[in-house]
Amino acid sequence: MATKFDAIMARRGEIMRQALGMDYSQFEQSPVAFDYEGMMSAHGYSLQDIVDIQTKAGVGNTPLLELHNLTDLVRSVSEPGKGARIFVKDEAANLAGAFKDRRASVSIHVAKEKGYEGVIAATSGNYGAAVASQAARNGLKCIICQETYDSRKVGQPEIVEKARICEAFGAEVVQMTVGPELFFHMVELLDQTGYFAASLYSSFGVSGIETLGLEIAREMTELTGAPPTHVICTHAGGGNTTGTARGLKRAGATDTQIVSASVDLSGLHMASDNDFNRKSFTTGHTGFGVPFATWPDRADVPRNAARPLRYIDRYLTVTQGEVFYVTEALVKLEGLERGPAGNTAMTAAVSLARDLPREATVVVQETEYTGAGKHHWAQLNFAKQMGVEVRAGDPRDNVPGTVIVIPERLEQIQAQDFDVDRMRRSYVRNALKNAPEGYQPSDDDVAFLAADTNTTPEAVTAMIGELAAKEA
Amino acid sequence: MTETSTARPGDWVEVECVLLEPADRSTNLPPETAEKPLMMWVKGFAEGQAALGEPVTVETMTGRKVSGRLSAVNPGYFHTFGEPIPELQHIGKDLRARLKAYRASHEGGA
Repeated sequence: MATKFDAIMARRGEIMRQALGMDYSQFEQSPVAFDYEGMMSAHGYSLQDIVDIQTKAGVGNTPLLELHNLTDLVRSVSEPGKGARIFVKDEAANLAGAFKDRRASVSIHVAKEKGYEGVIAATSGNYGAAVASQAARNGLKCIICQETYDSRKVGQPEIVEKARICEAFGAEVVQMTVGPELFFHMVELLDQTGYFAASLYSSFGVSGIETLGLEIAREMTELTGAPPTHVICTHAGGGNTTGTARGLKRAGATDTQIVSASVDLSGLHMASDNDFNRKSFTTGHTGFGVPFATWPDRADVPRNAARPLRYIDRYLTVTQGEVFYVTEALVKLEGLERGPAGNTAMTAAVSLARDLPREATVVVQETEYTGAGKHHWAQLNFAKQMGVEVRAGDPRDNVPGTVIVIPERLEQIQAQDFDVDRMRRSYVRNALKNAPEGYQPSDDDVAFLAADTNTTPEAVTAMIGELAAKEA
Repeated sequence: MTETSTARPGDWVEVECVLLEPADRSTNLPPETAEKPLMMWVKGFAEGQAALGEPVTVETMTGRKVSGRLSAVNPGYFHTFGEPIPELQHIGKDLRARLKAYRASHEGGA
């Protein structure tokens, strides 16, 4: 039965075309493949143009800090000769307090240039603040659609704070209960207002993150004589990883290993009214990370510019308790009080650096602002109110939504490798599933899937064979 | 409290409305979500007088007119930090001591 929801979603393509100011159909090559690089460059901005846009917007050029104390602590629990140097790009220093300002600055620049009266974005994260801040600077109206509350009108303090900051910047915040229909209402509002869709997943937004990779490559070369051996990104929808990796490559840092990190929220359902307030994280978690990496085109644009499987070498997960521990450690040891979700990659970096040689350099590529609500104390106190147990112990006993176990010692922090090959297989399965039934992928499709999963045509052909055998 | 339970024209308020009844929702939801309506809250300047729970139209920051039931007058933000977390309290002390000990044993080498 077609619902009101289905009816709007059926018109989504036409509404989004108007709202994005770009016709995505020009990039389609087949039911499977599209011209990714063509889409990424269609806006016509060079990397230097984007640097200039961001300089005017008050975004970027954030401090790169070496964390001497954390590095030595990691070395204190490493085998001899191990314990890489740890650095952090303090993205909280951006105007609205996160790397998301890089994304928003380009989208808002485009909206202004194309003459839109306002912008709309669907996000419960830092991106809302970034869009609202940039819209304020450019005199554009701004609507942020936010999944805020459960059915009892209770919301995580971190999300409530994000609503506050958007409203502080003059945005209209449309707050909703749990459910993917957030996007349905965003599409309705785009239709109603004619505003620009400042999607997290457009090429404008993801191109805006490339400057972060560029800065890291340049600044690390100045500081240490070479680009970093490893860059680690907190991973949610995949734009952070994609944009940073692209920027590093464009800056010539082709040997840098790209590591993604997410908080493990396995077992919690992202659309569940019951689980909604038991996550203790609003972003940077596997609930976004895995589904978006294995099917990027589930996003609010016809083709997602965030395609992390093209770039990641490793995908690490950490527990909720481990992130809260490291957030506290960072405050006390490095004088950096930052938001917990943004410290996901920092937590994985502690584990990663311990196993790397001392000569290796690990850059954690973001931090995010903190404050009332958006703070590890607030999130843990809220978890307790929601009936989640908080205790000290072995982080392996952490169960998302049931018990948050804060490690007792640094050496207990141990990031887990998520099987990237499994994600690649899952992606190929989804890509084929979304093609018309019975469609046979061509050689060009196989080449596209190989590029989109950072594997070879032979590997993709083998995956397709395995999938066919399973179905037979 | 009587001042905050009634909105006058021009007051900054929040309205609440049902965006989708359960039957109109996405077909792919867990049961605990599917059985509830999708609710929405928006803030703006009240266009008329209303008591809490009564219908009212607001003009939002972007100039949109949104109608719903009055859910708050002059809505504030009450999120905070809360009490210290006992499980976190020892971390700074432990790690500083550990760092000091490590540096003492690796003088010149670290």
